[in-house]
Amino acid sequence: MSTTTGPGPGPTETSAPEVGARSLTGLLRGLDWRRYIIYIGFVVVFMVFAVTLGDRGFVSSNNLLNIFRQAATISIIAVGVTFVISCAEIDLSVGSVAGLASVCTAMAISNWGIVAGILAGLAVGVVVGAINGTLVSMLNIPSFLVTLGMLGMAAGVAQWITGSAPQPILDDTYNLIFGGGNFGPVPGLLVWMALFVALGTVVLAKTRFGRQVLATGGNRIAAEFSGVRTRRIKFQVMLLSAVVASVAGMLYAGRLESGRFQWGAGDELSAIAAVILGGTSLFGGYGTVIGTLFGSLMISLINNGLILAGLETSQQQVVRGAIIILAVALGRRK
Amino acid sequence: MSSEESAAASRLEGRDAAVRMRGISKSFDGVRVLTDVDFEVRRGEVHALAGGNGAGKSTLMKILQGVYSLDAGEIEIDGQPVQLSSIQDARAAGIGMVFQEFSLVPTLTVAQNISLGVEPLGRAGLIRDREAVRQARAVFAEMEVDVDPRAVVGDLGTAYWQLTEIAKALSQQARVLIMDEPTASLAKHEADALFELVGRLTQRGISVIYISHRMEEVYRIADRITILRDGRRLLTKPLTEVSPEEIVQGIVGKEIEGQMSYLQRNAYGDVGEPVLELRDVTAGPRVQGISFQVARGEIVGLAGLMGSGRTELARVLFGIDPIRSGSIVVRGVELRLQGPQDAIRAGIALIPEDRRAQGLILDHSVRENLTLPLLGRMRRGPLLDDRKGRALARGLIERFRVKVADPDRPVRRLSGGNQQKVVIAKWLGTDPQILVMDEPTAGVDIGTKNEILAAIRSLADQGMAVLMISSEYPELLAVSDRVVVLRDGRVHRQMDRAEIPDENHLQLVVQGA
Ligand SMILES: Nc1ncnc2c1ncn2[C@@H]1O[C@H](COP(=O)(O)OP(=O)(O)OP(=O)(O)O)[C@@H](O)[C@H]1O
Ligand SMILES: [Mg+2]
Repeated sequence: MSTTTGPGPGPTETSAPEVGARSLTGLLRGLDWRRYIIYIGFVVVFMVFAVTLGDRGFVSSNNLLNIFRQAATISIIAVGVTFVISCAEIDLSVGSVAGLASVCTAMAISNWGIVAGILAGLAVGVVVGAINGTLVSMLNIPSFLVTLGMLGMAAGVAQWITGSAPQPILDDTYNLIFGGGNFGPVPGLLVWMALFVALGTVVLAKTRFGRQVLATGGNRIAAEFSGVRTRRIKFQVMLLSAVVASVAGMLYAGRLESGRFQWGAGDELSAIAAVILGGTSLFGGYGTVIGTLFGSLMISLINNGLILAGLETSQQQVVRGAIIILAVALGRRK
Repeated sequence: MSSEESAAASRLEGRDAAVRMRGISKSFDGVRVLTDVDFEVRRGEVHALAGGNGAGKSTLMKILQGVYSLDAGEIEIDGQPVQLSSIQDARAAGIGMVFQEFSLVPTLTVAQNISLGVEPLGRAGLIRDREAVRQARAVFAEMEVDVDPRAVVGDLGTAYWQLTEIAKALSQQARVLIMDEPTASLAKHEADALFELVGRLTQRGISVIYISHRMEEVYRIADRITILRDGRRLLTKPLTEVSPEEIVQGIVGKEIEGQMSYLQRNAYGDVGEPVLELRDVTAGPRVQGISFQVARGEIVGLAGLMGSGRTELARVLFGIDPIRSGSIVVRGVELRLQGPQDAIRAGIALIPEDRRAQGLILDHSVRENLTLPLLGRMRRGPLLDDRKGRALARGLIERFRVKVADPDRPVRRLSGGNQQKVVIAKWLGTDPQILVMDEPTAGVDIGTKNEILAAIRSLADQGMAVLMISSEYPELLAVSDRVVVLRDGRVHRQMDRAEIPDENHLQLVVQGA
């Protein structure tokens, strides 16, 4: 994978084996499987489901498309969260920002039309992100607390301004573009997902900004001493995460043809799980957007398989939690 | 023992070995780091372990501490063969370590740190804090040093951290203490106190393994020396039988001429206008109205005691701490520094004193660390061109002879001295016009130190203005054209190099004559 950035996890200190110059075993041991655990895990889980649930239509193209579709919004949110976590911060407000954006977009569309709707959705991200970013970078309040507060505030505002009522969107063009329609044979939602993952990968791995995000997350003081404006980077990362979340909210609105304060509720936890599953370091300094994509797909895959297997919601939750803990434990970096 | 050791210092004669390591070999990822090393320390001995950066000193000691497993070889402690597969094993066997990177919890008190994991418990299983304090006090009394066990570690200076580390090891009945470059962050009088403490410890039969790149220290406290070169043992000898030249040659692998002597340089001094000018710079309690100038091509040494404001001044110059009044003028233009990026833009580079905290991102690769200040030069459109980055890094690694198998490896895995070289290379890669260095040779071996000093001279010859902070007077005097002495945040004296006859003179001035 050329998309990973930062160092791979090293062998644990006590177990660095002596490796013959170019022997096959040496090569195998040198290949660091922990780094690829998410891909390995994805393939393993997929195969298990394919074998056990094949007769229930797991491998049908329709079902596979469904898995992707369900992963789409989470993975878009998770792309933003990847930047935040790589920078050694956290954003708990993404789910309710998505909800608020869906509501504002819907209300603006019905009053002033599609353009106003899109702008309103983005404005939610910009405003919330700027508030989060300012509090985190200027006042040095831990992002955990800032975004925990924002999680409640954004959800509350969304519920308040709508009086808890769903806001239907009757603009077909909007619904078509934002996740409801297809681009050719491909569901629009997947195009959006591919776009964000591609952009996120390039920005994190290949731009100055991305490198500075990783440096700030790896050692803020050393980054500052190297001329990185770490305050600004922290601000930008919080802003980016909220704006990306607001786009996800607009996609919810388009696909479900309405804005509702519940859209996105709880997505912050799925997104964080996807990011960590994908191999981004919870302590900052190392991040991979492709890993995040597979983390989201993995979660969606598990959900889908467990439903097909006929488990009850309560049982699904237990199994899903166990699989996530197992995957993170296996991929644990030293 | 062998004939070369027959005349070992008499106080060691007839003593048993406290530690005996035989035929130790160790590789990391197929790269040999130690090959068939024998190492022996007797009871009550101070044994110096010397060698160039990356020679394997720290690795050998980490094997003795149970941090790394060994590939081949055996270890005996007090004559008993032992398997050290964890730090706990080593501790139980009586091996104590004064970590180079301290292993204390800053938010706990001295006593709490010392008793960490072995807290005295009362009947209900609750910690008896008063007993812990009493025990800590007893250890300090034995060491004959004055430390308040109730003080919070984070509030104390590094010298006290070190004493706490030593007390922690002793309270766990350590009989062998490993000290890896213990004086790197100590002031002179603190180092003196440490040496006296080491003397007292050896009286009580405790052995000390002492790693240092400073020759005077080794001669002062060690009984014998073992030199490693490229992971092999080169020699073990009593210090009475080995000359400094022999040691240097053993470490570096070749003779060094004219080391550490001042070379009269064709300084630009008082020609033309100053590149860097400080006018009444005031910022915080330790920078109180400092004024001096550095001319093009000039090397100015900044001397002073710990706490005299040298590091604080460097931070202000680099825009890390705000200036309260006065001005910093670069080539006639007053700077308004909002942060390091402004200083960098003005052509200033700072090599900070603490490479782990300030200089490097330890988990990132050598290449990423080297190119972090150079990202602007790696751009191709909006993207970074990694091929350019790789070429830049390779150039710097070659120029500063960083010993690194693969530039894509994390910096954390380099030896301490090589990490320092990465910090220096990283900054010189930006081609600064003004170079500020805070203890740039901390932890580098003698050969490299000479290379670094030579590099500094040649950069100055090309017109760079250099401000160098150093607590090592020999190196300060080796390169400085002028020395500014700070005291209590003020300029105490400014002297031309020619006015300073020797180190002792400088030391007297620094101490306030
Ligand atoms: N965990 C590790 N993984 C891989 N290589 C390592 C590791 N630790 C050390 N090395 C390598 O082993 C060699 C010896 O390192 P070591 O730290 O023992 O040197 P040293 O003699 O202590 O040097 P210095 O004087 O610079 O501290 C170096 O080349 C270093 O890069
Ligand atoms: Mg070392």
